[in-house]
Amino acid sequence: MSNNDKPRIDEPTGTEFVGHEWDGIQELNTPLPRWWLWTFYACIAWAAVYVVLYPAWPMVNKATEGVLGWSSRGELTDELAAADLARQSVFEKIAATDITKLPADPGLMQQAVSGGAAAFKVNCVQCHGAGAAGYEEYGYPNLNDDDWIWGGELSELEYTLIHGIRWEGSDETRVNYMPAFGDIFTPEQLTAVTSHVLSLSDKATGSNEGAQLFAENCVACHGENGVGMQELGAPALNDAIWLYGDEPSQVRQQIAYPRHGVMPGWSTRLDPVTIKMLAAYVHSRGGGEYAGEATEEVAPEIDAPAVSGDVAASAGSGENDNS
Amino acid sequence: MTTPETLEKPEHDKPVARDWGGALSAAEAEPAAATQRNAPSQPPLKLYEARKQVHNKRIDGPFRRFKWAIMIAALAIYYITPWLRWDRGPYAPDQAVLIDLANRRFYMFDIEIWPHEFYYVAGLLIMAGIGLFLVTSAVGRAWCGYACPQTVWTDLYQHIDRLFDGDRNARMRLDKAPWGPAKIARRTSKWAVYLLIAMLTGGAWILYFADAPTLFMDFFTLEADFVAYTTVGVLTGTTFWLGGFMREQVCIYMCPWPRIQAAMLDEQSLIVTYKHWRGEERGSLKKAQKEPGKYGDCIDCNQCVAVCPTGIDIREGQQIGCITCALCIDACDKVMAEIGRPRGLIDYATLDQCEAEAGGAPPTPAWKALLRPRTFIYLGAWSAIGAAMLFALGTRTHTDLTVSPDRNPPYMLMKDGSVRNSYTLRLRNMEARPRTMEVAFEGLPAGAVMWTDAIGRNQAAPRQLIKVPANETRIVRAYVVIRPGTSAGDFSFTLTSRDEQAERDREETTFSMPGDL
Repeated sequence: MSNNDKPRIDEPTGTEFVGHEWDGIQELNTPLPRWWLWTFYACIAWAAVYVVLYPAWPMVNKATEGVLGWSSRGELTDELAAADLARQSVFEKIAATDITKLPADPGLMQQAVSGGAAAFKVNCVQCHGAGAAGYEEYGYPNLNDDDWIWGGELSELEYTLIHGIRWEGSDETRVNYMPAFGDIFTPEQLTAVTSHVLSLSDKATGSNEGAQLFAENCVACHGENGVGMQELGAPALNDAIWLYGDEPSQVRQQIAYPRHGVMPGWSTRLDPVTIKMLAAYVHSRGGGEYAGEATEEVAPEIDAPAVSGDVAASAGSGENDNS
Repeated sequence: MTTPETLEKPEHDKPVARDWGGALSAAEAEPAAATQRNAPSQPPLKLYEARKQVHNKRIDGPFRRFKWAIMIAALAIYYITPWLRWDRGPYAPDQAVLIDLANRRFYMFDIEIWPHEFYYVAGLLIMAGIGLFLVTSAVGRAWCGYACPQTVWTDLYQHIDRLFDGDRNARMRLDKAPWGPAKIARRTSKWAVYLLIAMLTGGAWILYFADAPTLFMDFFTLEADFVAYTTVGVLTGTTFWLGGFMREQVCIYMCPWPRIQAAMLDEQSLIVTYKHWRGEERGSLKKAQKEPGKYGDCIDCNQCVAVCPTGIDIREGQQIGCITCALCIDACDKVMAEIGRPRGLIDYATLDQCEAEAGGAPPTPAWKALLRPRTFIYLGAWSAIGAAMLFALGTRTHTDLTVSPDRNPPYMLMKDGSVRNSYTLRLRNMEARPRTMEVAFEGLPAGAVMWTDAIGRNQAAPRQLIKVPANETRIVRAYVVIRPGTSAGDFSFTLTSRDEQAERDREETTFSMPGDL
């Protein structure tokens, strides 16, 4: 090799020149490690394989599919199926448990309530609201309170969910119709009955005429003093909760030309386990009734505190502190 | 004591021609005017550089022994730690160090970290960062030279090389030898040992994340989780490749830390350096004997290059490839002793010390470089954070109550005219045993009662006892009712653990009434 063939070296750095020069600025050759080049080739090979195996090239409607047939949608389907499978045992357990026996198994009850909360968000919030508090202006009942027209025990709630209220789809639906007293009473009689009904919860002063009319026309369903009758779906009139409002005009309107709310039965749309879980959820909102429970408010001020739940049985209600 | 082979310069001990920006090149620059673009007479440029295998020679000396000690300690800690047991009672794992990702707990001896206490881990990371600053400011790239896993495993693999193929010269001969049955046998058996070490490395890693004895059995009976096998596979692959083959390339090209450290070093940082004023001009023993006085202490024996695990020549000065493992100091000191010169031609020194020494000042002991404000400031900050964390760990409570009121609906009118509010209570029990906690409220009118979703309304009372499982947070829905005609606003829930600790927590919240909104 002659002297001219030697690479020229940049004196201060000892690095050879590449030979490129721009306005006196010359490029030095600092070689990359060769394994880096191999890594680069390996990445190209990887990309080539990837393009064949996975969706890659965007076409007019969708990307090329790839021979593995993978798609993010398919992966989601698989994950949902896996989640369903994981829940299967719980579902089977709930299906095999009579709804009245659910509270005896706090862990299972907890899972039913969680499942019901999810189903509620999909199926029920449209009328009853996200907090299950209902809408008074539309006559959608509040499910958090302790006033139940058709019964607030788990089994009653399940029945209502299956058969609905005044729902054409079931012969066993809960149904009643209150006569329109606007066609029967005179306006003065309407006013007297309205005052009497409101007087049952100390919202107005009643009259003898009102009491008389109430005893003759209303007690059969609403009971003495308007305590209501869940078997007939006759609401209690002596409490603080009014489905269609507690203003005298609202009460008068309901006596004269009553509105009758309709709820569809869910047996045709939801499976029995989901319905059971929904009943558990509604019951858990704080107003659920228990079989044999006194309908009057609980005895307050019990000084000996009750121990809440058995730890071993309610392990499902504990959770890791990851929030 | 002088053996000819240590002093003679074997042909293959020439410095590896790697330019780290040093001024080695003797080639003369041509005048720029003569430059021609793409001159046809030039040889093709090499734009990619093949890795030159480093065959570092065996050496013994104080720094080598120190490196052995660190290596044994580091490997011992890594392999033994997952097998240590620590009794935490029946409700918590008995592994001394366990990162329980599935249950989101981190156990380290007597300390248990919950996710909400992740700031302790952040604190540890800050300590690790400041610790690196401290070490760098005090002893330069000591992390690179002794403690970095890449260094430890590279060192281990280089010993395997030595064990199978002999020392430097034998390994070089074997490298050049054509592939025959003997070489294939040697190589495959050596690579098998590489692989075994790599698998042990990957295998030990997963033991930190699950109960070690159980996982160990499950792993070999093929019952372990898929992720365990992938983790071991990936770590086996990277250890085999990075430790067995890439070695110094990781330090030079892949790792960002040498670059960061280069920015953190200054004239007062300890580095491994060649004292050129003492060594130059280099000449062999024979030359020096012929012309006394002309040559410096460096006899150009190249032992410093031969022992270097990254294959550099320290005499070129500071460079990114130098991990400051000080093996060249051991090698040079040995040669200096053999030729009857004082030790320390290559030595730990700061650039300032070098400058003073080159100017004629007597050599300063290297440890004096540690005595400067920066070292103490880093040490102070590091210790302060450590002490603060220990204090916080020692005084933390093991219960907690958080309350979130229902916002939809905010209040509930009951049929008897009383008002109910609902709350979600989180009762945290950080003890490794189930505890009974009493929840009560303060600041509500007389007659107010509460019940929870675990008991019925018929057991409503002004306070409730709730059992919280060991090591868990129990979520309870609580309903609070005040009597008709009374009203309430801000109030507090209180939590008391019903045990001798009687730990308390208190959380303020509010009671919504009709008409509040």
